[in-house]
Amino acid sequence: MSAHFVVVAKRDCPTCDLVQPVLHEIAASCAGLTVYTQDDPTFPAGLDAIDDRSLEQSWRLGIETVPTLIRFEDDAEAGRTAGWDRAEWSRVTGLGLLGADLPDFQPGCGSKSVDPGMPEILEVAFGEPPLAARAIDVHAPEDEHELCFSRGWSDGLPVVPPTPVRVLRMLKGTARDPQEIVGVIPPNNALCTVEKIAINAVMAGCKPEYMPVVLAAVEAALEPGFAMHGLLCTTYFSSPMVVVNGPVARRIGMNSGVNALGQGNRANASIGRALQLVIRNVGGGVPGGIDRATLGWPGKYTLCFAEDESDPDWQPLGVERGIAPGASAVTLFGGGGLSPNMDEGSRSPESLARSLAMTLNSIGHPKLVECIDAFVVLSPEHCRIFKEGGWDKARIKRALMAATVRPGSELVRGAGGVDAGVKPELVREAMPKFREGGLNVVRAGGGAGLMSAVIGGWMASGPRGSSPVTKEVEA
Amino acid sequence: MNDGIRLLDPTAETSPVRRGRRAPPPALEGLTLGLLDIGKARGSTFLDRLESHFTGRGLDVKRYAKPTNTRTAPIELAQTVAEEVDVVVDALSD
Repeated sequence: MSAHFVVVAKRDCPTCDLVQPVLHEIAASCAGLTVYTQDDPTFPAGLDAIDDRSLEQSWRLGIETVPTLIRFEDDAEAGRTAGWDRAEWSRVTGLGLLGADLPDFQPGCGSKSVDPGMPEILEVAFGEPPLAARAIDVHAPEDEHELCFSRGWSDGLPVVPPTPVRVLRMLKGTARDPQEIVGVIPPNNALCTVEKIAINAVMAGCKPEYMPVVLAAVEAALEPGFAMHGLLCTTYFSSPMVVVNGPVARRIGMNSGVNALGQGNRANASIGRALQLVIRNVGGGVPGGIDRATLGWPGKYTLCFAEDESDPDWQPLGVERGIAPGASAVTLFGGGGLSPNMDEGSRSPESLARSLAMTLNSIGHPKLVECIDAFVVLSPEHCRIFKEGGWDKARIKRALMAATVRPGSELVRGAGGVDAGVKPELVREAMPKFREGGLNVVRAGGGAGLMSAVIGGWMASGPRGSSPVTKEVEA
Repeated sequence: MNDGIRLLDPTAETSPVRRGRRAPPPALEGLTLGLLDIGKARGSTFLDRLESHFTGRGLDVKRYAKPTNTRTAPIELAQTVAEEVDVVVDALSD
């Protein structure tokens, strides 16, 4: 049985420098020695080291630490040790005492092949990455950013060019098979794989750790109850709003505080945008095509935020909708426009509920009833008023539902001098603004400000159109 | 700018990688035609003949010219053409 030794080293490693005499001892033995050097072809001196600055051999050998010593017998690996440990090097080589003048032990350094970002670069360069998407080569002087615009892949803002390396990194954010079919994306009813979602997540600016949330958001959008196709086709304003609950929100750094509904947080911004890009690019849902929105709204670029779960007395949306406490979830809602409620005068829960009802009643049109759902995003200062009054979420919702019931006489056609309205025969009815279950309340926002937000849903909310959908985020 | 970069297609791949030309209009009647002289020799002669054919059919024609054939059209010229006409003929010649 013939033994052959391979050592991978780099000059920029004190331990590699330390073991140079040992390498010469091994080379002087009857066994063969091949040394690969990651950074300097002249190192280690006198051993005819093979230049591995491309890191191909380091990657193929699965090197994580330098120096690494590997014993091959008949071309099969028969032993390996990393760093310098005299006993281990003697065991692996079978050459007895080595490096007599060296300390017994010194840890090695990180291999350049495992520097951050390198494994994916090397897998694309030398391996067989699990990518099936069609490749499009861009050649100078064409600009890859401009190509993304000209091919219609953008929502109007620049996207991150989806290179194979970036997509491979994105796929490391999930354990799911890249070629798994997640669902059929409207409006073109196109099959969508995990890989296609990863490509669009790259373009949206996501980090790999956002992938489980993006995947859950796409799956939620594909639930029949969400009616993504209709939501996209409508002339109304609405588009998916994503609310994230549970520990994943903190783990990926989502914003539930100051400016939670605004710009500036990468996870908030890019997760909502990734969902929109999947609909656009995979599903073919583009404005002016199947997207017939009369005006649209800025939330169609992205609308995603985390709920503030810092108050243990507040029931988070995900839990309210059946997700186990401690688990993470996304809830999708067909949001279409934001109405502020700035009430700095209410000091009692009763007053604040009636005040919020005024804003809720204006959603869509003050005379529209039982067709639009809504989310109230309560700020911490408005939450405090309810909490100090002893109201929990269920009571807040009951009060808001009650306060948004109005007499038909105010809503019928012609009332208030406005032609629009409900049928005249409803003039004596009491008309609720919202269907049962159509009103949702979440908690978010900065600590200062007696103001909350009302986000109205689609004109066709509920079973006849779109209902909120909640999905657990896979760990 | 890049020296060659590969991108992965984010779409459902239902259209070819090489994009087709935009389909020509089924008829020219009712449209405004632009004739763009790119600045090469005798291009204007060709465009003069085209203009006489088009105007002879009662079509509206507008004439444009690039400052030089050695560079792409200035953005302002491209925008003006896009704003004013429905169809453009670029005159190649030599």
